[in-house]
Amino acid sequence: MSKDTDERSPKSKRFKRSKKQENEGDTPQKIDYTIALAGNANVGKSVVFNELTGSNQIIGNWPGKTVERAVGKLLFESKYIEIIDLPGIYSFSTYSMEEIVSREYIAFEKPDVVINVVDASVLERNLFFTIQLKEMNVPLIVCVNQIDLAKQKGIIIDTDKLSKALGVPVVSTVAIRGEGLHELMETAIETASQKTVTDTHTLKYGAEVEDRIEKITEDIDNKSLELGYPSRWVAIKLLENDPEIRKLVEAQSREVVNHAYALAREIEEIHNEPSFSVIASERYFLANQFAFGAQLESKIKITFAEKLDKLVTHRVFGYIVSALVIGGLLLWTFVVGDFLSGLLSNAFSFFQPVDPQTSGTLTSILWNGAFGGIVAGVTLVLPFVIPFYMMLSLIENSGILTRVAFMMDSAMHKIGLHGKALIPMILGYGCNVPAIESTRILETRRERLLAAFAITFAPCAARTIVILGLVAVYVNIWWAIALYGIDLLVMFVLGRLAYKVVPGEASGLIMEMHTFKVPSISVAAKQTWSRTKSLIYVVFPVYIIGSAAIQALYALGYLTPIANALAPITVFWLGLPVIAGVVLIFGAVRKEFVLLMLVAIFGTNLAAVLTPIQFVILALVSMLFLPCLATLTVLLKEFGAKATTTIALANIATALIVGGLAYRLFLPFL
Amino acid sequence: MSENKKLSSNIEEYLETIYKLSQKDEDVKTSKISKDLGITQASVSEMLKKLDKLEYVKYSQYKGARLTDKGLKTAQKVTRKHRLLERFLHDILKLKDNLLHDQACEMEHSLSDEAERAMCQVLEYPDKCPGDSVIPACDLKFTSCDECMNRREEEVNEVGKRNENLIPILDLKDHQKGKVSFIRGDYKVIRRLLDMGITIGAFISVVKIAPLSGPVEVAIRGSKLAIGRDIACNVFVELVE
Repeated sequence: MSKDTDERSPKSKRFKRSKKQENEGDTPQKIDYTIALAGNANVGKSVVFNELTGSNQIIGNWPGKTVERAVGKLLFESKYIEIIDLPGIYSFSTYSMEEIVSREYIAFEKPDVVINVVDASVLERNLFFTIQLKEMNVPLIVCVNQIDLAKQKGIIIDTDKLSKALGVPVVSTVAIRGEGLHELMETAIETASQKTVTDTHTLKYGAEVEDRIEKITEDIDNKSLELGYPSRWVAIKLLENDPEIRKLVEAQSREVVNHAYALAREIEEIHNEPSFSVIASERYFLANQFAFGAQLESKIKITFAEKLDKLVTHRVFGYIVSALVIGGLLLWTFVVGDFLSGLLSNAFSFFQPVDPQTSGTLTSILWNGAFGGIVAGVTLVLPFVIPFYMMLSLIENSGILTRVAFMMDSAMHKIGLHGKALIPMILGYGCNVPAIESTRILETRRERLLAAFAITFAPCAARTIVILGLVAVYVNIWWAIALYGIDLLVMFVLGRLAYKVVPGEASGLIMEMHTFKVPSISVAAKQTWSRTKSLIYVVFPVYIIGSAAIQALYALGYLTPIANALAPITVFWLGLPVIAGVVLIFGAVRKEFVLLMLVAIFGTNLAAVLTPIQFVILALVSMLFLPCLATLTVLLKEFGAKATTTIALANIATALIVGGLAYRLFLPFL
Repeated sequence: MSENKKLSSNIEEYLETIYKLSQKDEDVKTSKISKDLGITQASVSEMLKKLDKLEYVKYSQYKGARLTDKGLKTAQKVTRKHRLLERFLHDILKLKDNLLHDQACEMEHSLSDEAERAMCQVLEYPDKCPGDSVIPACDLKFTSCDECMNRREEEVNEVGKRNENLIPILDLKDHQKGKVSFIRGDYKVIRRLLDMGITIGAFISVVKIAPLSGPVEVAIRGSKLAIGRDIACNVFVELVE
């Protein structure tokens, strides 16, 4: 479509944010309306959110939960609007934190309007959730997104028909190009300004279910229970036997619960099916009717995307593609990262030398430490992490990563995880911190924990620098590659061990295989920025404070006794010089410090101080022995003190065992 | 043991073997059956001809044997009993692994449907035998294990049996289509499947199966889902042309 047609058709008018809003930044202002975005995963909900709020967003957590909470602000036609991007979910059951957070938010915080973003090419499955949102009795708008992709597949949606069937406004959009968003916001404001829900358009189930829903609704209304949720919704949840809602109602009236239970049993008698299954089927029946009623054309065409899909999941070629994707991503990261890192460290060394300072006044040591922390963050982490995230976002949004996860599922099973866990593990190659945060995409705490544990061994950018700086430079590149291999092996063996030890069952893979699409650079850039931003918030303070503190401790002579105490381990068991104890303690703050410390103490001619075997063992041990301080911080945040301590101890034990064995095994060869 | 009974357990043993071997290729060669049972090829083809006459298999000299619907029904039934028994002997009686198979082989032909159901309930609807082979679904007219538990008081003949064979989506070949008729297992998995559109009565087809025992990709309600094998072996369909 050409640009001119965009201008003329009001529907495809490009959405423009007001300039004023960009400048107002953090100044508090009165919020006229609150809008929540809800919908399935991967329908382009975050794209809508990004397009509407631009850079004006705050990513944090829902209070007390490890579920991401994204809030953004927008000034639209002189109204201040707050937009909340709810997590992508498929239903309102209570099987994930995301689902509970979403339903509690909608019921208790009562946004002025909920925009339900749906994927035009998978309308039926998406409407299953729309029906549930409607039952929540909130002002609702349906945003049919990605109509361009649907059109390619031969699906055209009649929004008027859909709107009539659902009894709510429906707007179609191509969020990635900003099309339809202006109209969406206009409709949202119009709906929000009406305030009260004038919803007389109840979506009805089959008679034998509907009658019973009405009976329970009456029950609840007669007893005038104070539940916070709409009565009809509670009635349906009681029939579905939702444990949370049952508890909630039971606290006020056991009678209602018992009656609902009896009615649910009746439904089960009629259908010979559990009542929750009957209700899901009925809901899907409605969704199916609405979807097919509104779909004008559904000639299924074989698209280019499907041909591509065949290729990347081919039994031979699929693995080649997977290997190329993962390998290419890493290669890209190192090539681009190395280049940027070189540029940046040159720029920084212009100001001040960044070698750790170990003598002088306390203030100057602290300053040197803090400055070193900033420089290390800027020159070592960011140049590797940003290109990595950028490329990863592109791969992720295109749909290729899902296929790689599909192909690698059976391999991941060996360590008790499924294909989806591959995504955080790959992230771990860039930096462990966001990788551990992203384990949230997994279903159970056990899986998140197993993945996080494996990630703590993933050779991140900083570890790669240690391996390259110590081993590739002073021994040779083959030993560096061998260490990388050992690291992967350790990661796998310990992952498998943890899977055998940690109790619980694997939850199994259920993953949507969405269509391939051309990823948008601007969406990827925003995603990269938000990931990097969260990294900066966690990592930089820890870096700066940690490196200043440890440097001061060393200068004041507190670390030398510790190093001496550690001598039996470092010298006898690992064959390292005594000073290695200090170096390793520094390495616990930041892995690259191992290298910087050595250079600070001995100068650049390290080959005169350490033997080849010592280089290899030192690199190996510092790689494995403790996750860096920033990683520990994020582990603590996500999993609590007990799990973090266990992981840290397991890391130390592994490093000592592997290090000691490697020393004895490799000695004859070096 | 009466002549008749001996014959029928012999037939069951054959069907069980053909069923096991047909997981790889639909047509099972005589030589493979002979190797698996340790019986000469000549007697195997003799027996296959007999099974063909009884309409349990379609047999041709060149292709080998292929189970008919009737044959599949009997084969699944006896395989189910065998694998359930192994599970029972292993989990409850703590029998040693090397004894499981032979003992289960002995018992499978005399296990009643009532006992089979009770065993399944006690073991909490297991999906795999100790050797990791999938236990076929039961042939009772239930759509979930929950329902079987709730109607515990009713006897098997009151519940009734289904006519169609149930096949786990894991065993569907590329592009085969089925109607979801039974989901085995606990509540949680079923809820997740329901939310994703895999409801009883929904039509589902296999798009592709990942190599190396990977997940199965299915098309359901216009969307495509990858389902891990551990879940795919618990979703059963009746085939649809």
